[in-house]
Amino acid sequence: MIKEIDLYARQKRLAWFLIMPSVIVVLLIIAYPTIQVLVYSLLKYKLDGVTPPSFVGFDNFAFVLSDPDWWSAVSNTLIFTVVSVALESILGLGIAMVANSKFKGRTLLRVAILVPWAIPTVVSAQVWRWMVNDIYGVVNIVLTDLHILPQKIAWLATPATALPVIIAVDVWKATPFMALLLLAGLQLIPKDLYEAGSIDGATKIRQFWAITLPLVTPTLLVALIFRTLDALRVFDIFYVMVGGQGNMATMAVYNQQQLISFLDAGVGSATSVIILIVIMLFVIMYTRFSRTSFE
Amino acid sequence: MNNATKEVATVDTPTSEGATKKADNRGVVLRALFYLLVVAIIVFNLFPFVWALLSSFRPSSELFSTKLLPTVLTLDHYAAVFKDARFVAALGNSVIVAGSTVVIALGLGSLCAYALGRLPFRFKGAVLYLILTMTMFPTISVLSGLFVMLKTLDLFNSRQGLILTYLIFTMPFTIWVMTQYFRSLPKELEEAAYVDGASPLKVFWDILLPLTMPGLVSTGLLAFIQAWNEFLFALTFTVTDTMKTVPVVISQFSGSTSFEQPWGSIMAGSMVVTIPLVILVMVFQYRIVEGLTAGAVKG
Repeated sequence: MIKEIDLYARQKRLAWFLIMPSVIVVLLIIAYPTIQVLVYSLLKYKLDGVTPPSFVGFDNFAFVLSDPDWWSAVSNTLIFTVVSVALESILGLGIAMVANSKFKGRTLLRVAILVPWAIPTVVSAQVWRWMVNDIYGVVNIVLTDLHILPQKIAWLATPATALPVIIAVDVWKATPFMALLLLAGLQLIPKDLYEAGSIDGATKIRQFWAITLPLVTPTLLVALIFRTLDALRVFDIFYVMVGGQGNMATMAVYNQQQLISFLDAGVGSATSVIILIVIMLFVIMYTRFSRTSFE
Repeated sequence: MNNATKEVATVDTPTSEGATKKADNRGVVLRALFYLLVVAIIVFNLFPFVWALLSSFRPSSELFSTKLLPTVLTLDHYAAVFKDARFVAALGNSVIVAGSTVVIALGLGSLCAYALGRLPFRFKGAVLYLILTMTMFPTISVLSGLFVMLKTLDLFNSRQGLILTYLIFTMPFTIWVMTQYFRSLPKELEEAAYVDGASPLKVFWDILLPLTMPGLVSTGLLAFIQAWNEFLFALTFTVTDTMKTVPVVISQFSGSTSFEQPWGSIMAGSMVVTIPLVILVMVFQYRIVEGLTAGAVKG
C-alpha cells in the first residue's frame, strides 16, 4: 500500500516535469504573442523604428471596419469558405464512399487522393496559375479547341472569374482530407446495419439516407469544423494566384499586408483580433448546431 | 503496402456486394460505371500534378506554344533550377527548418503526451482541452506579436526564428495525436514493470516509447509535411535570399519582366519540392492516413 502511494506521487511529480517544457514553449510562442497582439491593437504602432507607440483606444478597429478593402476581403473569404467547404464535403463524401468499397486498385485510388493533399499549397497555386494561363494554359487551349469558350479568358484578371478558379484549386487540394476523415467515419459503421437494410428491402438510396448519412454526421461535423477554420484563414492560394490586387484579398492577406507592406502593427493586430472573433463565432455556431442535432 | 492490402480484404460494402452478386447485365453495367467513376476520381486528383511534371520537361519553345502534347523532352529547366543559388539555398533551409521542427516537436511533444496519456495529475482534462483548441489556432492571429518578438530576440530573418514559430502548429498537433497513441496502449504492460520496481521514466523509455514508434513515424511525417509546406511565416519572417524557404522562392520566381514568367523553371522547382513528398505519401500511405484521422475521429 505504501509503495503504491509512493508510486502515485512519483508519477504525479514526473508528469509535471514532463509537461513543463511543452508548456513553456507554448506559453512563449502562443500565449505571449496573443497577449501582445491584444495590446498592440490598441496602440498606434508603426514598425519603422522611429515613432514610439502610443495609446489610441479603438482607433485601429475603427480604421479597419471603415476600410472598403477590408469588407471586400471579408466577402471574398466568406464566399470562398462557404462554397469550397460545401463542395469539399459533397465530393469528399462521394469519394469516401467509393474508396470504402471493395474493388481492385483501391490502394491506387487512396494514393491518388493523397497526392493533392501532400503538394505544398504554394506549388498547387503555381501549377494552377500555369494551367489557367491566358495564352498557354491548358484550360484555355482545351476549352477553346472544344468550342466551349469562344475565346481565351484571362481567368485571374477579374474577381468574377478568379474566385471560381481559386475555389476550384482549394476543392482539388482539400477534398482528399475531407474524404480521408469521412472514410474513417464510414469504416466505423457496422456492416450488419446494411445487411438488415437489404433484407428489409431498402434500396441503396434509402440505405444512404437512413444509415450512412446519419451515422457519418458526427465525423462530417468534425471535418467541417476543421475545414471551415482552415478556409477562414486562407492565405497562400490567394496570395500566390492574385497577389496584392486590392479587391482580391482575404482577411489573412489583408492582415499580412497591413503588417508587412504598411509596417503597421497596430492596424495589423486589430485585424488579427477581428479575425479571431470571426473564427470564434464560427466555432460557437458549430458547437451549438452539433449539440442541437444530437439531442 | 501490406497493411493496405490487408484492409482491402476486410472492408466490405453494400455497393460492391450488390454489383458482384448479381451476375446479370445490370450488374456488369453498374460495375463499369463504378470503375469509370474511380478512373474519373484518379484523373481529377492526378491531372494537375502530371501536367506540371510534363511541363517541367518541355523545352521553352514548346511550353509557349499552344500545342497540347510535347514532342521532345528536356532537362534544361532542372539544370536552370539547380544553377539558381537562391533555389539551392532555399532547399537547404527548408530541410533544416522542417527537420529541426519535427525533432523538437516530437522530442518535447511525446514527453508531454506520455504524461497526458498515461500519468495521473490534476487539470488533465483542462490541459487536453487547451491543446485541442490550439491545434485549430489560426496562425495569422499572432503574426504581429511574433514579428515583434522575433525582432526583440534577434531571431528575425533566421532559420532559428522560423523553427521556433513552426512549433506553434507542430507542437499542439504532435501532443494531441501522440496522447491518443499512448492512451491506446494496454495498461498491463506497465503494471508488470511497476511490480518489478521500475521507475515511471524507465517504463516510458523502455516499454512505451518503442511501442509508439508507428505513432512517432506518422506524426513526424505529418509534422514534416506541414513545416515543409508552410508559407505565411516564411514569407513574413525572412527577407534575404539566404534565409528563405522553398515555398517562398517558388512563389517569387520571376522572369525579366512581369509578363514573362519562367514557367519551365517554376514547374521544375515545384516538382523538386513535391516529388519527395509524393514518394513519402506512396511509401507511408497507411501511416499518414492513420495519423490524419487519429486526431479527428477518435477525439
